[in-house]
Amino acid sequence: MRLSTGYGARPTSGGFETFSWYFMRISAIGLIFLAIIHLILNHVTTDVACTSYQLIAQRYANPYWRVYDWLLLTLALLHGMNGLRVVIDDYVRTAAWRIRLVSLLGTLTLVLFMVGTVTLITFEPVVGSLGPHCLK
Amino acid sequence: MYRGQSGMWAWLLHRITGLGVLLFLVVHIVDISLLGFGPAVYNEGIALFGTPVVRFVSLALIGALFYHAFNGVRIMLVDFVPKAASYQRIMFWTVMILTIVCFLPMAYFVLAPLFGVNTGNTASGM
Repeated sequence: MRLSTGYGARPTSGGFETFSWYFMRISAIGLIFLAIIHLILNHVTTDVACTSYQLIAQRYANPYWRVYDWLLLTLALLHGMNGLRVVIDDYVRTAAWRIRLVSLLGTLTLVLFMVGTVTLITFEPVVGSLGPHCLK
Repeated sequence: MYRGQSGMWAWLLHRITGLGVLLFLVVHIVDISLLGFGPAVYNEGIALFGTPVVRFVSLALIGALFYHAFNGVRIMLVDFVPKAASYQRIMFWTVMILTIVCFLPMAYFVLAPLFGVNTGNTASGM
């Protein structure tokens, strides 16, 4: 018999699913701030039509913005892909297909993580790219 | 089972908004990778975000993200705060109201340029 503690249910096996359960909640706390600030920066303080190459060149001159965007990339990608893994586990009935799809998901996650990380690290504005931000 | 109660809708919306935001994230990682191809290519790609259709898609994303964030807080409260589960209904409606309250000003800023309104976030007011 499971006595109620007054708390919600949580995994107690101590394995990967327990780690996943805590990871989703810890990454969520970071993502709430990272993602909402990201939205305000690119839709409110600056209109999206002004988020040009020129603006990125100016922003990324400060390495902390690259760290910010890398944290957002990494946490959002792992949080989102782990969520999709749970959805696959919920709806895909055969073990063979679950393994195929989760393997594909893992590969896609790694590729997207690499693409995003390489873009952030290697960005070096071309000469003469600093100028007006807004696209018309 | 909580079929038909607020928990079912909260769960379903959390799943749908999560998948929607993830789909956008995949597209967004690819469009940002255009930075590596220089200003002409990147600016041509990012100009799409200023078009009317994509502004409405962005708004859907913004609404989805706010809901997912606030409902995530609700889930964590249920998980970690004793007795929070006794306040399911009020917490669900708080999530919905917070989502709408945060969404409306964002909608104003995202759509204003389409109507020629200068909100002060562009160099020229477009």
